[in-house]
Amino acid sequence: MLKDSPRVLKDARFRQTFGAGDYFLKMVKAGETFRIIDVEGNEAADALFYNAHDTAERYSATDTVREQGNVYLEAGSTLMSNRQRPMLEIVADTVGRHDTLGGACASESNTVRYAHDRRCMHSCRDNWMNAISENGEFGLSKRDITHNINFFMNVPITPEGGLSFADGISGPGKYVEMTALMDVIVLISNCPQLNNPCSGFNPTPLEVAIWEA
Amino acid sequence: MKSALYEFTLPGGHHWSFRMRRNTALRLTDLEGGANLGMLIYNPENPLERYNAPDSLKAQHTFRLGQGNCLYSDMGRCFASLIRDDFGGHDTVCGYQSKKACLAQYGHHSFQDHLNDWTLSGEESFLKELAKYGLGERDVSANLNLFSHVVTDSDGNLQYDPTPVRAGASTTLRFDMDALVIVHSCPHPLNPATEYPKKPVHMEFLRTGPVTLDDECLNHRPENRRALENNRLYYLDEPVFFSRTGDQ
Repeated sequence: MLKDSPRVLKDARFRQTFGAGDYFLKMVKAGETFRIIDVEGNEAADALFYNAHDTAERYSATDTVREQGNVYLEAGSTLMSNRQRPMLEIVADTVGRHDTLGGACASESNTVRYAHDRRCMHSCRDNWMNAISENGEFGLSKRDITHNINFFMNVPITPEGGLSFADGISGPGKYVEMTALMDVIVLISNCPQLNNPCSGFNPTPLEVAIWEA
Repeated sequence: MKSALYEFTLPGGHHWSFRMRRNTALRLTDLEGGANLGMLIYNPENPLERYNAPDSLKAQHTFRLGQGNCLYSDMGRCFASLIRDDFGGHDTVCGYQSKKACLAQYGHHSFQDHLNDWTLSGEESFLKELAKYGLGERDVSANLNLFSHVVTDSDGNLQYDPTPVRAGASTTLRFDMDALVIVHSCPHPLNPATEYPKKPVHMEFLRTGPVTLDDECLNHRPENRRALENNRLYYLDEPVFFSRTGDQ
């Protein structure tokens, strides 16, 4: 379901552009709304969310797809925690659907998915390791790096049970917007994958904007 | 693989954990039909390495797991291979039932009132077993739900599907790494039953050999071959599947 946002960027309390291979890590308060913008198109935003006051509670892909009875995320989807509580709601989306079953790229999984000589390339999981190592005040460790959302990624599941990474349905300037239903820590890796057509072999910047409640 | 090293029937609605050695196998049988075996897998040498459902699905381009599939860790290795399976398409995206949802669906059956017939949720079962190893809520990843089948339509709508359920269905996991295995036999979170289903799973621990060149799981996908090559590096086995430097 496509749904435009009534919010305008000049009213945002915070804006930040971050390049491919960089991370975004920030607390968003309950009631605030934030937007992720696919600035040049065909970029993947690998996102994890935590309860800012108890990070053992975090976004859960399994609870989210099971409780909404659908494997894709779109406007109207409620992102559930591992304690079956609503964390965020997708309130606007100009893409159509987003993936939460495909996980994140890693140096280790690159050796499996592509070739052993692809080991030494940047990845979302290395990007997250960098984020948790450089920001000890959030108290996150590798145990907290779990199953993410791939905003802007198209991973169709067929009725026969197939799963594939298809060409993106995102494009320049498209965005997804969420309202926080609790104080959340937002951790996003701007995907640096160079082996997958999902970023057109040319990863590009993302922008985040936050509006007050 | 003729005589089992150990056998045990896990009653329905219970939980257990155990260590599997590399090159042993676990044959699981849904004795009555309708069982659900929730499973999590960790590397006992470093439990930060754990079963990873997204990596398992995307590497093998599948939404469900059956014969020929490997169960990947998040470190690019293969914990276990489904060398035999006549169930066909196990779930690994629906998670486990919470204590709260279990109470709402089946009512409260305390130990005090019902003794061993009390009704436990997948959540309580996993957390109890994990706690025995110093693991907890932060360590729970998307689990396997063996003997449970879910389907999607072309719009992505997700449904529990009882069609493949039958007494005697069995699946055999050959462990390609040493593994800490956490299991529960509590109901699948989308099981629509109104009475708590208590379905046992028979477990046979079997001897098996190392992977051979004609192995179905090794040859199922080139990704499986590369993951098993990563296992070889982990244990520094002699080269079998690849040259020392190449991987193509």
